Amino acid sequence: MINLQNIMETINMIEKEKLDIRTITMGISLLDCCDSDGAAARRKIYDKITQRAEKLVKVGQDIETEFGIPIINKRVSVTPIAMVAQACSEQSYMAFAETLDKAADTVGINFIGGFSALVQKGCTKGDRILLDSIPEALAATKNVCASVNVACTKSGINMDAVRHMGEIIKKTAWLTREKESIGCAKLVVFANAVEDNPFMAGAFHGAGEAECVINVGVSGPGVVKAALESLKGESFDVVAETIKRTAFKITRVGQLIAHEASARLGVPFGIVDLSLAPTPAVGDSVARILEEMGLEVCGCHGTTAALALLNDAVKKGGVMASCHVGGLSGAFIPVSEDEGMIEAVGCGALSLDKLEAMTCVCSVGLDMVAVPGDTSSATLSAIIADEAAIGVINNKTTGVRIIPVYGKTVGQQAEFGGLLGRAPIMPVNRYSSEAFINRGGRIPAPIHSFKN
Amino acid sequence: MRAFVTVIGGDKVGIIYGVTSVFKETNVNVLDMNQTIMGGVFTMMVLVDLEKMNTDFQGLKSRLEEAGKQLAVSIRIQREDIFNSMHQI
Repeated sequence: MINLQNIMETINMIEKEKLDIRTITMGISLLDCCDSDGAAARRKIYDKITQRAEKLVKVGQDIETEFGIPIINKRVSVTPIAMVAQACSEQSYMAFAETLDKAADTVGINFIGGFSALVQKGCTKGDRILLDSIPEALAATKNVCASVNVACTKSGINMDAVRHMGEIIKKTAWLTREKESIGCAKLVVFANAVEDNPFMAGAFHGAGEAECVINVGVSGPGVVKAALESLKGESFDVVAETIKRTAFKITRVGQLIAHEASARLGVPFGIVDLSLAPTPAVGDSVARILEEMGLEVCGCHGTTAALALLNDAVKKGGVMASCHVGGLSGAFIPVSEDEGMIEAVGCGALSLDKLEAMTCVCSVGLDMVAVPGDTSSATLSAIIADEAAIGVINNKTTGVRIIPVYGKTVGQQAEFGGLLGRAPIMPVNRYSSEAFINRGGRIPAPIHSFKN
Repeated sequence: MRAFVTVIGGDKVGIIYGVTSVFKETNVNVLDMNQTIMGGVFTMMVLVDLEKMNTDFQGLKSRLEEAGKQLAVSIRIQREDIFNSMHQI
C-alpha cells in the first residue's frame, strides 16, 4: 500500500523539483505517401499526419489532468522526407516543409521532426535536393525540424556531407539573421543517428520503424539534484546508487504515461527515452547536478568524470524501469537550454573544448552552442567532423546543433526564447581548417578490434 | 478507476467535511483515508473509487479545486497508478 510519504515524495518531485514528461512524440511512417506527382505526395502526407495525430494533443492534456504530471510537449516525427520526396521530380523540397508545417499547425503541436536525410555513406538525388532545401525550409517554417546523419560506425564519415553541412548552417544563420539565426536551432547534424528519438530537433521516424508508434521522453534533472543535496561528502558509490534509484522512479512515470497514451490513441508503444533534459528554468539544470557532486562550476576539471557517472547511472536506473528503452537515453547538455551551463559559459568555466570532451560521455553532443556569426563554414564543418569522429570511434550517437549567430561575437548573447533559452557566444579556435575540409571524400569506418 | 486526493494546508475546523462533501455530491466512494499534521501543516490523503461518479475526471478535479480555494488549502487529485508505478516494483 502506498503511504503518505510516497505520495508526498511524488508530489514534491512534480511541484518543487520540476519532474515532467518532456514529450510524447508520435512517430508516423510516410513511406506509403511517395508519389511521382509532388502535390499528390504532399496531400497524402498532410492527410496522414492530421488523421493519425488528430487526438494527440487532446489525449496528452487528458493524461496530464488525470495523473497530475505536466506533459510539456506533444510532437510528431516522420520518415526522413528525402526518402519520401525523391519519388517526384521536383528540384526543391520547400513545399514539403510547408506541408509539414501546416500539418503541425492543424494538429496543434509546436515541432515536427523529419525534414531529414541519411547520408552517412553517400547522397542520393533526393538527399542532395533535401540538403539544399534546408536553409530556406527552416527560414520559412516555424514548426519544422531538420536533421542529417553524416556518419556512422559501420560506414565512416561522409566528409563531402560534412563540408556541405557547414555551408548549410551558415546559410540558415544568414536567412534567419533577424531572429538570432534561430533556424540553426532547428537543425542537427548526427553521427549514428537513432531511429526512435522522441526529442527535437533531431527526431525522425526511421525506415525500420512500425507504421505509427508512441515514444516518450522523460525529464527530471531537478529531482536528481534534490536527491544528491542530502549526500554531501558521501562517496561516489552512494552518489551512483542514489542517481540510479531516482532515475528508476522518473522512468517508471514515463513508462506509465507512454502505455496510457499508446492505449488511448490506439497506437503501439515504442520506447521510453531516459534522458535528463534540462530547461532554462532554475531548478531544471544538468550542470547543477554536476556541481552538486562537488565541482565549483560546471566545466572545471572533473566535469567529464562527473558527467560520465551521471549518464551511466541514469541508464542503469532507467533500463530496469521500462520494458523498451531507446532514443538517446542519457544526460543532455544543451548550453542555451540549461541555466547552469549558461552561467558556466558566462563566467569562463566552460569552453567549447571542454564541451567536446563532455560529449564523449554524454548522450548527445554539442547542443545549442552559439558561436560568432563570422565563424567560417569550414570551421563549422571541422567542429562537426570532430564530433562525428567521437561518435564513430566510440560507437555512440553524437550530434551538433550549433548556431553561428549573425552579427554577434564573443561577449554578446543570443536570446532564442522559450525552451530554447539564451546562449552566450562562445569563442572558436581562430586557426583555419579549410584545407582539411576541402579534401572531401570519406573517412573510412574504424576497426573494431585492438581497442586502446 | 481509483485516485488519490491529497489535501495540504493550514489546519482549521471543517477541512475533512468540506472535502468529503464534494465526494458525496459527486458519488465518489472513499476507500481509505489518512490524515496527520506534518511540520505544523495539515496533510491528508484519501484513496477514492471513481467507478460510479456522476461527473467526469475534470469535473471532479474542478469541484475539489473550488473547495480547496474556499478552505484555503491545496487539493490535488491524481490517478493511483502514478504512485504505484513510481513506488512499487
